[in-house]
Amino acid sequence: MRLQTATRIAIFAVLELAAEPERQLSAAEIASRFGISVNHLAKVLRTLGRAGLVEALRGVGGGYRFRGNAKRVTLLDVILLFEPVGPAADGSREPGQDTPDGRALRRVLNEIDDIARATLSSISLATMLKLVGQEKSQEPLRRAARRAAVDVVG
Amino acid sequence: MAIVHRKAETVPAAEVAVRPAEASDLATIVALDTEATGLSKASYWKDRFAWYASGHKERFFLIAEHGKEPVGFIVGEVRAWEFGSPPAGWVFAINVKDDARLHGLGTVLFDALCARFRKAGAKTVRTMLAKDAQVIMSFFRSQGMMAGPFIELEKRLA
Ligand SMILES: CC(C)(COP(=O)(O)OP(=O)(O)OC[C@H]1O[C@@H](n2cnc3c(N)ncnc32)[C@H](O)[C@@H]1OP(=O)(O)O)[C@@H](O)C(=O)NCCC(=O)NCCS
Repeated sequence: MRLQTATRIAIFAVLELAAEPERQLSAAEIASRFGISVNHLAKVLRTLGRAGLVEALRGVGGGYRFRGNAKRVTLLDVILLFEPVGPAADGSREPGQDTPDGRALRRVLNEIDDIARATLSSISLATMLKLVGQEKSQEPLRRAARRAAVDVVG
Repeated sequence: MAIVHRKAETVPAAEVAVRPAEASDLATIVALDTEATGLSKASYWKDRFAWYASGHKERFFLIAEHGKEPVGFIVGEVRAWEFGSPPAGWVFAINVKDDARLHGLGTVLFDALCARFRKAGAKTVRTMLAKDAQVIMSFFRSQGMMAGPFIELEKRLA
């Protein structure tokens, strides 16, 4: 499964802000952390703001702050703000969908969509932050392994 | 002897004791399950109780107590070489009383069961859930559980 760029950016931004809900971050700070365009991020943050997940603080040192409940907001909640998960939500038709072959294919694809939705709706931002923490703690090991690989090659 | 676990800030001063289930707990277990599922399954639980609470060293039926009141239970066993997999702990059921939820009791029960699985030699803990059971799936996810190497398949028998 691949997510659109805007969706990935939204997930990164929300996680970054939810990690320390008291802290304000500017779009530029978040963008530089993930190597993404500030313009693109600003657009994504507006959508997240309208959904009530982040708030924009005005004035000197203004920035963004997380506003939701990290234990209750799930990955699916964030993704659905930007793209559908599963069959086209806009009701658009797929070629051959009403043929027996089309219906058989849909049954198989529905299995995958169901699992995707069940997975994404059971991972809260708090659970994601735990996974991020695990990855962070493994970073020194990973760096050491990369260095060792370079030494062997070099 | 019951092990006393203290849960941080969420329920100040709350003390939860985890102990093996006794025959006198059966009525509470049925009541807790009925509250969660809306179905009363007394004879089913009597049967499961006989299996899991028999004192067998790889089967566990644990009760969480607050004061002297049972407020939740967890059930599981170590199964060896099922689907060709080395001994793994299986969580068969978990339930926390409705008005005691979200205070960390589920986590205390899960940790207590995992400690027993570990002692019994299991290196993995697994469970199976309905795909749409979002609360319980979020709970297991929050314990660090991820999809494992198996997938459930089924077919309607005509
Ligand atoms: C699942 C269950 C055991 C959780 O018990 P609990 O005591 O509330 O769990 P905890 O307080 O330890 O929760 C741990 C984590 O699980 C997750 N969680 C628990 N309830 C949740 C809910 N309603 N929504 C989203 N996440 C939830 C949270 O991430 C929580 O972390 P937090 O405490 O940091 O918020 C309880 O809700 C329950 O008994 N549900 C009914 C189960 C059932 O139907 N059993 C029958 C089939 S086996």
